[in-house]
Amino acid sequence: MTALRPEENAPARIAEAVLLVIALALGMGGMWMVGYSLEDGLPEGFWTYTIVLAALAFTAHIVLRLRAPYADQVILPAVVLLNSVSMAMILRQDLVDIRGANASRHLMWTALGIIVACVVIFVIRDHRSLRRLTYTAMIVGIVLVVLPLIPGLGQEVNGAKIWIYIGGFSLQPAEFAKIAFAVFFAGYLVANRDTLALAGKKFMGLQLPRLRDLGPILIVWAVSLAVLIGEKDLGTSLLFFGLFVGMLYLATDRVGWIVIGLVMFAAGAVVAWSIFSHVQGRVDVWLDPLNAELYDRDFGGSYQIVQGMFAMAYGGMFGAGWGEGYPQYVPFAFSDFIYAALGEELGLTGLLAILLIYLVIVQRGLRHAIGVRDGFGKLLAGGLAFVMALQLFVVVGGITRIIPLTGLTLPFMAQGGSSLLANWIVIALMLRISDAARRPSSLPTRGALADPAPAMVGGGAIEVGGGSPVQAETDAGAGRGATPDDATQIVRGVDR
Amino acid sequence: MSELTFTLLRLGYLVLLWVFVLSAVAVLRRDLAGPRTASSRRRRPELAGPAPAAAPGGGAPRAPQRGGPSRLVVVAGPLTGTTIPLTSSGVLIGRAPSCTLVLDDDYSSSRHARIFPQGGQWFVEDLGSTNGTYIGEERVQGIIPLAPGVGVQIGQSVVELQG
Repeated sequence: MTALRPEENAPARIAEAVLLVIALALGMGGMWMVGYSLEDGLPEGFWTYTIVLAALAFTAHIVLRLRAPYADQVILPAVVLLNSVSMAMILRQDLVDIRGANASRHLMWTALGIIVACVVIFVIRDHRSLRRLTYTAMIVGIVLVVLPLIPGLGQEVNGAKIWIYIGGFSLQPAEFAKIAFAVFFAGYLVANRDTLALAGKKFMGLQLPRLRDLGPILIVWAVSLAVLIGEKDLGTSLLFFGLFVGMLYLATDRVGWIVIGLVMFAAGAVVAWSIFSHVQGRVDVWLDPLNAELYDRDFGGSYQIVQGMFAMAYGGMFGAGWGEGYPQYVPFAFSDFIYAALGEELGLTGLLAILLIYLVIVQRGLRHAIGVRDGFGKLLAGGLAFVMALQLFVVVGGITRIIPLTGLTLPFMAQGGSSLLANWIVIALMLRISDAARRPSSLPTRGALADPAPAMVGGGAIEVGGGSPVQAETDAGAGRGATPDDATQIVRGVDR
Repeated sequence: MSELTFTLLRLGYLVLLWVFVLSAVAVLRRDLAGPRTASSRRRRPELAGPAPAAAPGGGAPRAPQRGGPSRLVVVAGPLTGTTIPLTSSGVLIGRAPSCTLVLDDDYSSSRHARIFPQGGQWFVEDLGSTNGTYIGEERVQGIIPLAPGVGVQIGQSVVELQG
């Protein structure tokens, strides 16, 4: 695949362009309505925001055309939609001078996020090259997790020690550690999954792994507990552990791992609950937020969550409309609680649409995990999609009181540079893998669909990757000059 | 801005949001309804057992559905259960990697046989294979029509068209 030549028969990505226009129109419409509702005129900087967002989105579109022409056409518009709707919401809060809400900074981080994503797509031509970085990624991940604990660098904000401050900028390194760990787990599991999957005894219908294979999961469990204890951050610790257990299940197809993971998580959670007062506080608030004593408590009370509930209740089915809510009464309505602020102004109808858009992104990730031909790519795409779903569940579940509130941010919507930047990198990797998954393969394998005729490559191509389970039982690829990676996928392509 | 205008705009915004969601789903539909792969039908009982060595009408031929057969299924041999969706360009079977259905079978030739549609009818053509292509006991000579449900023996494998 040579550098800048768009490949013959590559899809024209019309669907993506059309969806991008709708997504940008929604962002623009939101800002427009915010302006007319609050100030009876266009909000300050309306055209700047619109033009910058549109330019960035279409830059990304063109980069995809050039560098990943077969990549998924829905992911980018979906993410641009989430990002531009959050742009409107943060601009709206900036206009009423809510402390902390800063639309121009949000725009700056969005721009940086999209540019970095384009660079990732440009530089990483094949996601398999990341596999070489397996253990580097592990070290990077651990360092990132530990950074906030270093005195002087880390700083405690609102009870959680997850921030570092460098030269006036604050970063949440855990967001980036998420990506590093996904790369590490994918590389580690693709090499070791057979031992993890096949060795071990059966017990009550569950295939339990051998004790010595438990090592890595114990280490990750310890790391996530250390995060919980050292940084007092429930959400991140849950995210890392969930990511590992989820990817372990993806790699081995053994329900036993999920059972072990859930048991270990429950045990860790109970221990943390009985030892740490801040965990107890979170649980109390979760169980009984309307308790007057908890509501009035100065720090760690239920004020925020209850205000969030009121906001969503005020929004009702169809929302109060852009600019008609009261985000100033919900603490952190621009970051942690942006979901509640959106619920207030867009209503349940809008929230469900937003959740569905997240669902589409996650579904695309998992779909390409099935479609891509190498084991590492399958695990990486599956892991990244899963961690996004898990993060969404933890955030939305926390705000809607399904689970105790934790300190994670809603991907692409919450104001916060690290989260935006890290999630745009995740999307870049997902797009890169989707390109590999949907690219017509020049490598026919036994029982697989080869291209019926050269002229058909473009049209018939899309389903080729999806058909990979057809690549049946044996060692077909290996004897045909396939790379080792492709051989892996053939063996693993079989469903058990 | 009047109350009414604002309400209309507010609801219109939600409609547009859902238009986006639905059009995204519409783009995905193509993908969701993609070719059914072997994995989903490998467990179907009628495909599980080794098919009778392909007599015309030997196994009960299924009534062809509206629009003719939609897939080619390997019913016997090492690849049993493999399914290939049929396209208008036909299916090339053999050992060569360029074939649509690649057999790893010493008894088949590199370009063994071709199954293709013409004028609403499917045909099978032996491409000069060493060991021949058989329908039942009869060796395929030239191009002959192929009905759905009739097994075609190629090396150790038997393939048939299904609706």
